[in-house]
Amino acid sequence: MNKVLGEVVAWIDERYPISDFLKEHLSQYYAPKNFNFWYYFGALAMVVFANQLLTGIWLTMNYVPSAEQAFASVEYIMRDVNYGWLLRYMHSTGASFFFIVIYCHIFRGLLYGSYKKPRELVWLIGSSLFLLLMAEAFFGYLLPWGNMSFWGAQVITSLFGAVPFIGEWLVTFIRGDYNVSGVTLNRFFALHVVAVPLAIAGLVFMHILTLHNVGSNNPDGVDIKKHKDAQGKPLDGIAFHPYYTLKDLVALGVFFILFFSVVFFVPTVGGFFLEAPNFDPADALKTPEHIVPVWYMTPYYAILRAIPDKLMGVIAMFASVMLIFFMPWLDKSPVRSMRYRGPISRFMLVSFVISFFALGYLGVKEPTATRTLAARFFTVVYFAYFFLMPWYSRVDVTKTVPDRIRT
Amino acid sequence: MRNFLWLICALHLNVFAAADNIHLDKAPININDAAALQRGARIFVNQCQTCHSLKYMRYDALAKGIKITDEEGKVLDEVVRQNLMFGETKLSSPMLTAMPALAAERWFGVVPPDLSLVARSRGVDWLYTYLRSYYVDSSKAWGVNNLVYDSSAMPHVLENWQGIYVKQGNKLVQAQPGSMSVAEFDAAMADLVNFLNYVSEPVQQQRKFIGVFVILFLSIFTIFAFLLKREYWKDIK
Amino acid sequence: MSMDDLQNSRRQFLTAATTVIGGVGLGLASVPFVGSWLPSARAVSAGAPVEVDLSKIEEGQRITIAWRGKPVFIINRSPQLLSSVAQSTELLRDPNSTSAKQPSYITGPLRSIHERFLIIIGVCTHLGCVPLYKPKTGSIESSWKGGFFCPCHGSKFDMAGRVYKGVPAPTNLEIPPHKYLTDTTLLIGAD
Repeated sequence: MNKVLGEVVAWIDERYPISDFLKEHLSQYYAPKNFNFWYYFGALAMVVFANQLLTGIWLTMNYVPSAEQAFASVEYIMRDVNYGWLLRYMHSTGASFFFIVIYCHIFRGLLYGSYKKPRELVWLIGSSLFLLLMAEAFFGYLLPWGNMSFWGAQVITSLFGAVPFIGEWLVTFIRGDYNVSGVTLNRFFALHVVAVPLAIAGLVFMHILTLHNVGSNNPDGVDIKKHKDAQGKPLDGIAFHPYYTLKDLVALGVFFILFFSVVFFVPTVGGFFLEAPNFDPADALKTPEHIVPVWYMTPYYAILRAIPDKLMGVIAMFASVMLIFFMPWLDKSPVRSMRYRGPISRFMLVSFVISFFALGYLGVKEPTATRTLAARFFTVVYFAYFFLMPWYSRVDVTKTVPDRIRT
Repeated sequence: MRNFLWLICALHLNVFAAADNIHLDKAPININDAAALQRGARIFVNQCQTCHSLKYMRYDALAKGIKITDEEGKVLDEVVRQNLMFGETKLSSPMLTAMPALAAERWFGVVPPDLSLVARSRGVDWLYTYLRSYYVDSSKAWGVNNLVYDSSAMPHVLENWQGIYVKQGNKLVQAQPGSMSVAEFDAAMADLVNFLNYVSEPVQQQRKFIGVFVILFLSIFTIFAFLLKREYWKDIK
Repeated sequence: MSMDDLQNSRRQFLTAATTVIGGVGLGLASVPFVGSWLPSARAVSAGAPVEVDLSKIEEGQRITIAWRGKPVFIINRSPQLLSSVAQSTELLRDPNSTSAKQPSYITGPLRSIHERFLIIIGVCTHLGCVPLYKPKTGSIESSWKGGFFCPCHGSKFDMAGRVYKGVPAPTNLEIPPHKYLTDTTLLIGAD
């Protein structure tokens, strides 16, 4: 068996260096030996992406992207297509888990300075992927054509009306109609199923390629390529395969247990993963009592609502996402990992995380005077993390970064 | 446009509560009780289907799901036809209503909505409380209002069963008894809501059943994956 | 065994065990994907047996009933058409229906339960076109005694749906499962 496999590989190698490729990226890709919990999420993100692709393609086999039939086709999938319900729940749960994984993945970057030189390009591609993921989720959410789908799309597309001069025209252009309609549905379907997934797939490939070219960072922020043995292998590095492939396999098992527990036992998660108003078909004449985007967009939604001016609110919301791109240049610290940074940096990061959760919570709830005040406060904290960073990252004390990874 | 947006945002209501934060009673749901589901089906067909459809539910699929079948699992066609169907001939037809939409809109001001998914969009507790919260209100078109759904266009269809209630402060007090006692009516409404819950997601029971085995399998896999990982990581100092 | 050997065999065992369990997992995971391709409950429901009233079909007349999306021909064979069945045997590829798709209770050259009525799926066994019903003598060619002619590639079948020699279609026309509920009521799709 192995002999046959060896011969096939040799045949391919003569025509394309597949063995070299596998060595470069797996069995001889030396990753730091001190990867911790926060380092699982890149691999998990790829698994969730694969899940969305597979279940998404299968859903497309029975889903009908027309205003008249979309809602009914989803119910057809849920009730009549064999295992259709399972494919649907895997897709909806996967969407939410994608964001949980990505938020953890981004947090790792903030924690260990993964965006710093020479990994700025990895970070820029990653930030673009984050934007694409939000777009993908937004387009996808319209497809079931439930009442929340419709009104969520109506509200978010109308945000573009804030753009000066061309605002109103832009909104109609995006919708393809005077209101969100079957026209919008059909084009969002094309974007969600073909265009954005292709873009994401391409960028993920570049993301990993650019990372492997410079090598992975680690929780100590130490450069493992500085100390190599006689064969050129980093002293503090271990082969990705089999060590991290096996470690990730365990993480995958744990992840799947969590994921499928939701899929099989609480797929709606109390209305957070599958929102109750979306079980009513889209009705252009009746708004749901409470419009909120899905939970993963609520922090940004809270920022939008906190600003009392429409245009400024839209700008603030977009800025809150776009600031991520600038991390490599906002951070002036000579040190990568939070482990070797001082109290101000730690305080700011903790505040940022707290504000993200707080804004997320506030985004779900109805706005009251107190809550709007709180949202404004946390918006300030959120932006302070970025805008003050050039200052506090420079003046903060740092500890000496060791030369080698501590065990 | 901006005002419209803020108006929408200002429309306040917690996703899961009723208007004015009415307390919702917990609906006694049991997806495994086929007898209760059958009782609920009969109530729906006789009391609700005059106006409300269940367009995503076919008669034969329902019969299979709530076990109107023989020992081999084959649907008992005649039982279904006699107890659940009025006028339809094919068992594979969906559970539609005979009331024409246009007429309904003229009589009620709104077309009685299809109820296939109401247990998911409103919730079972909301439904259970709603069905038991009608009271006399002479200012409304049908002479009744509902604590849970203010100015509902639906009349008090089950008044004969429940009797007549009046509002005193925040509570409802029975002014005239119906043909059922309070306990009997509550049980009937529990059956009806249980049935609507089944219709909203017929695969529930099967989903949870399969889930147990999936988690079990994944646990075994994870244990072996962990043992394998630990074995190889002995190499690393 | 040395410590190394023990460790090696432990590694081999764990690798094998995890691979096997993982393989089983992948196999189980493919069930919903593959399973979703089978006919949905709605398709199965819509494919349920169809009742047909035979009393109004005149002699020599053919009616077409849709069953599972396919056309089913029901022909009330006149005595003349019935006799043509016995006369065409030498022209046929499979006169005894040895390789034909038909229920076990369909036997004999007439291929029917009641000799009068031919119940046949009107789909040519070559590439799936719907053959034309040509009962008139001499209508296709001078020796034609009645049967079916497929316009797509010229396949010919007799009044029992049996395929001629020398035409592209390989087998006799298929007969669906069916039963008579009464003398004049037919149920297509059930035995």
